[in-house]
Amino acid sequence: MTAPGTQPGPQVNAAPLRLFTFAAPSRFYALAGWLVPVFWVAAVVLAAVSLYIGFFVAPTDATQGDAYRIIFIHVPAAWMSMLLYLVMAFWAGIGWAFNARTASMLARSIAPTGAMFTFLALWTGSFWGKPTWGTYWVWDARLTTELILLFLYLGYIALVNAIDDVKRGDQAGALLALVGSVNVPIIYFSVKWWNTLHQGATVSMTAAPKMASTMLTAMLLMTLACWAYAFAVVFMRTRALMIERDGHARWVAELAQRRITA
Amino acid sequence: MNWGSASEFFAMGGYGFYVWASYGAAAVLMLAEPLLAAHRHRQALRQAAQDHPSLNEAE
Repeated sequence: MTAPGTQPGPQVNAAPLRLFTFAAPSRFYALAGWLVPVFWVAAVVLAAVSLYIGFFVAPTDATQGDAYRIIFIHVPAAWMSMLLYLVMAFWAGIGWAFNARTASMLARSIAPTGAMFTFLALWTGSFWGKPTWGTYWVWDARLTTELILLFLYLGYIALVNAIDDVKRGDQAGALLALVGSVNVPIIYFSVKWWNTLHQGATVSMTAAPKMASTMLTAMLLMTLACWAYAFAVVFMRTRALMIERDGHARWVAELAQRRITA
Repeated sequence: MNWGSASEFFAMGGYGFYVWASYGAAAVLMLAEPLLAAHRHRQALRQAAQDHPSLNEAE
């Protein structure tokens, strides 16, 4: 692996930083390890402030009472479910096109978090639907397309894990992820394209938000908290996956030895 | 301040069941996921160490 005359080992860190520096698993592993605690602190602080504003500052809604407070977790979870799918498809595609292993590992690491947020969006939505619409579930365009998103995540996870050849698994997963990304704009615009029970967008780029500013603040802070959470947990999983895959590599062996003997 | 007492807070104006079922699920999942990821990381490191019983001898 090492060129003649060069010493393997820690000297690697002295190499200059370039665009693809962190594409090397050993470098990515170290960088992510440094970032994970930073993102955890950000996630906890942002979530705490958001919940304080959402439950103690934001007033009770005139029409929905306190049931509306589900919005502070429902909307961020739904946004994350769509965003993470696109990010996953992007990295899976990069991994496939450029044979970039780190990108493929990142895609695999995003999938469970995306599935978790999708489930949470559906779960919180149904507990919001019961008191406001009178039903936990309805086969409405928005709900159905979001359920399809959950199946896409689960299908991706099942597919990449079912193929023993890691590289072929990554490629098959990338194909599924990229084709499935068609669903994301359909979810987003479903409330416009079809007559649905689900309300329209609460916040959009083109119009003023249809909610009180304290409510909006709580929702946006929770969205940032979810971003930080997603970065933290995805990087944790990528690090684990790198060790699993590169178990034979020298940097992993050295790392594992240090951990065990320490 | 919206709530006169703790029980008023937990009642959520009669919607307590729906609100806490939502936030409870979020809390459980968002605690379980990082714990599982950390467990997987430790497991992978242990496995890697086992696969290289003695790195120093190999040199």
